[in-house]
Amino acid sequence: MRRPRSTIAFTILAWCCALAIAFPLLWTLLTSFKSELEAISFPPKFLHFSWTLANYRDVLSEGDYPTALYNSLAISIGSSAFALMLAVPAAWAMAFAPSRHTRFLMLWMLSTKMLPPVGALIPIFLFYRDWGLLDTQLGVIVLLTVGNLPIAVWMLYSNFKEVPVEILEAGRMDGASLWQEILVILTPLALPGLASTFFLIFTLAWNESFWTLNVTSTEAAPLTAFISSFSSPQGLFWAKLSAASMLSIAPVVVIGWLCQRQLVRGLTFGAVK
Amino acid sequence: MTASTVSGSPGRSHLRLSGRLLVAPALIMLLVTSILPFIVTVRFSLIDYRLLGPKEHVFIGLTNYTRLLTDPAFLPALGNSLLLIAQVLAISIGLGLGIALLLERVVVGRGLLRILVVSPFFVMPPVAALLWKNLLMAPVSGFFAWIASLFGLQAFDWFARAPLSSIALIVAWQWLPFACLILLTSLQSFDREQREAAELDGASPFAIFRYLVLPYLARPIAIVVMMETIFLLSVFAEIFVTTGGGRASSNLAFLVYSQVMFQYDIGAASAAGLVAVLFANILAYFLVRAVGRSLDA
Repeated sequence: MRRPRSTIAFTILAWCCALAIAFPLLWTLLTSFKSELEAISFPPKFLHFSWTLANYRDVLSEGDYPTALYNSLAISIGSSAFALMLAVPAAWAMAFAPSRHTRFLMLWMLSTKMLPPVGALIPIFLFYRDWGLLDTQLGVIVLLTVGNLPIAVWMLYSNFKEVPVEILEAGRMDGASLWQEILVILTPLALPGLASTFFLIFTLAWNESFWTLNVTSTEAAPLTAFISSFSSPQGLFWAKLSAASMLSIAPVVVIGWLCQRQLVRGLTFGAVK
Repeated sequence: MTASTVSGSPGRSHLRLSGRLLVAPALIMLLVTSILPFIVTVRFSLIDYRLLGPKEHVFIGLTNYTRLLTDPAFLPALGNSLLLIAQVLAISIGLGLGIALLLERVVVGRGLLRILVVSPFFVMPPVAALLWKNLLMAPVSGFFAWIASLFGLQAFDWFARAPLSSIALIVAWQWLPFACLILLTSLQSFDREQREAAELDGASPFAIFRYLVLPYLARPIAIVVMMETIFLLSVFAEIFVTTGGGRASSNLAFLVYSQVMFQYDIGAASAAGLVAVLFANILAYFLVRAVGRSLDA
């Protein structure tokens, strides 16, 4: 039998590939603990440098990061919550009270994701300018709510379809109102699906950078805009950039690790289980 | 679809009414935010509208479009959009498939391997671009320059010599996990008995891959192509923080952005935006057809 030996070879090869893929992140993590001088030293230093937390202290103490973190949290949580508030009733209706048009509506909703946002950039930029919504949290929240709404509806729909309709009907017979049916009966049953939907649209909102770079500048700038400011020549400090990067991606990377399967399933709308 | 679950229960029309009421908010929200900007963009694309110019917005017919089509920056941007998508798809699906095939055979530490592989997917685009540009690809003391020096080679100046491919590499790194995870998930539900039967019949590993595994993966690959294309059409932050545009690396999304932000030409930018929408629709049409065909098979 040559199977075990080939399995060992494949395992080693797979570990090399996985480490290569994760390398940019691991390297950034290492760099974030170096001094600026050691960060740009050539040849690069791997573990033999004097470890320091100074970069993290600098990033955390310089006003901009806390503001950006606060904006990112507000925008991601706000837009995800709004998207769920709109998507739960819509997905309930599509799963349990479908009409002849439901299928068409679902496909149409999805097709709005195929339009590149740049097609809507100009009117939205000008509306926002005239209505004072540029560089406000509300302005970004509205945009990201709409952007994630189709994904939320599709994900919730495929989750709701797995809930036995008899349970809802039994509740209806017992005189549950529509809101009770959705909030008291359906929501607890579909809680895992709701949670993974929330995490997916939260992640997409957290990482969204087209709208945040175009409609925010200082007041409502989230972490995506904060980190982009490091691309200017005066912002080029590798160690500090690394620390700021780690602080910006940490929450979502951890969430992503925890629910990777559901997230991939969500992004393919259940087409791949 | 599920008419049977609805018919027969009491209050059917009541149910239908509440169904419509509950879909309405989401529908109206999407309708307003997708149709309204579209109409306004069409209008802007037909008038002479410059943010710094005179305020009389004269109707100029298709002049913005002819100006756009003769703009020396337009064709490169269109080509860059396509090239970027093609390069990212090739890298992410090619490598993703290879790594998925490897991971499928691994016994030790599969959970940790998945975590390592999936990580780049959750890195926000500006961060990914900055890390690659400064820590890895920097020509003087970046990590790749060090690797090159180990082999006695001259460091490659990525963004000066191959700006678009450098950006494609960064974007591909972010989308590799998506392709890899979907293909891995599909591989794991592949019928083992079928493969073992083929092995017993003496089929070579290559033949098994070519005639059993690859056809089985046609549908997940089609899904990856479609989903990635949707997101790749609007790649923006990676260009914004690395090259900041320029003819060699601007795609359509970036062209519209620079027409508004640097030239204040709303009319021309609107025309470019609509061309981007048209372009996306043509691509989407072929993609949906391709996915539909592989679903039938």
